[in-house]
Amino acid sequence: MPVNADAVGRAYGPNEPYEVTAVKIREFADAVDARSFAHRNADAARVEGYGDVVAPTTFAVVIAQRAEFHVIADPEVGVDFSKVVHADERFTHHRPIVAGDLISTTIHIDSIVQRSGIATVRTRAELADADGAPVATVVSTLAVREDA
Amino acid sequence: MSTENLPSFAALAVGEIVATRRVEVTRDTLVRYAGASGDFNPIHYNDVFAESVGLPGVIAHGMFTMGAAASVVEEWAGPGNVVDFQSRFTRPVPVPNPGQAIVDITAKVGALDSDTRVARIDVDVVYDGAKVLGKAQALVECA
Repeated sequence: MPVNADAVGRAYGPNEPYEVTAVKIREFADAVDARSFAHRNADAARVEGYGDVVAPTTFAVVIAQRAEFHVIADPEVGVDFSKVVHADERFTHHRPIVAGDLISTTIHIDSIVQRSGIATVRTRAELADADGAPVATVVSTLAVREDA
Repeated sequence: MSTENLPSFAALAVGEIVATRRVEVTRDTLVRYAGASGDFNPIHYNDVFAESVGLPGVIAHGMFTMGAAASVVEEWAGPGNVVDFQSRFTRPVPVPNPGQAIVDITAKVGALDSDTRVARIDVDVVYDGAKVLGKAQALVECA
């Protein structure tokens, strides 16, 4: 099934905010072997200048991938998840994510390029805090095989 | 970014290696990452499924490998101080069972912008003699 190139420009969300917890930050830090105590202990994070436990660099993927699901689940976009390969990813942090943040995410379909049976779908997740201030931008590209 | 713990810009030189780490990736590693990240694609834990979609077997999440690379940069830069990190996923990392995949991560200074005091850190991530991430670049604001 081909991807629908007319879906470029679509946006989804924000939906229910994601609540960042110290427990989830620690779990993620353990999983990627991010070793600082500032990912695990609020006092250690305060020494580094943060109000609470601070997230590792790629933690925002936990939030962004939930938002990307809206793109994959939209039948009018036509992404067959069994034919998807992750091509690239970029995180731009406007400020660090810390425990206690309530993050609302809007996901945008920025481009769809179809060439040689592969559709390259680029999405951009804009993460904002409870005040609406930008927290992070996460750009992700999926390569989708369109062969029968 | 915290202002308390930034690396010193003046001390850096292009080409300098700032951090290295050898990561042993096992099936346990992938299960742990799946739970922590919420990425439960079965190609990262189920050999039968992985082979059915043309893979040699279970492969690591690209985002695990990228996250592990980020941790190496962040250990040097200080927690929360990597303001930008990008990567392409150029080759898969097959993870055997039993056993482990050995991944070597090297972070070095790629470029220095003296106007903004931002260091670009280029990260080589090598499995089985070949790079598995392309253009893996972090930006770190320095003091």
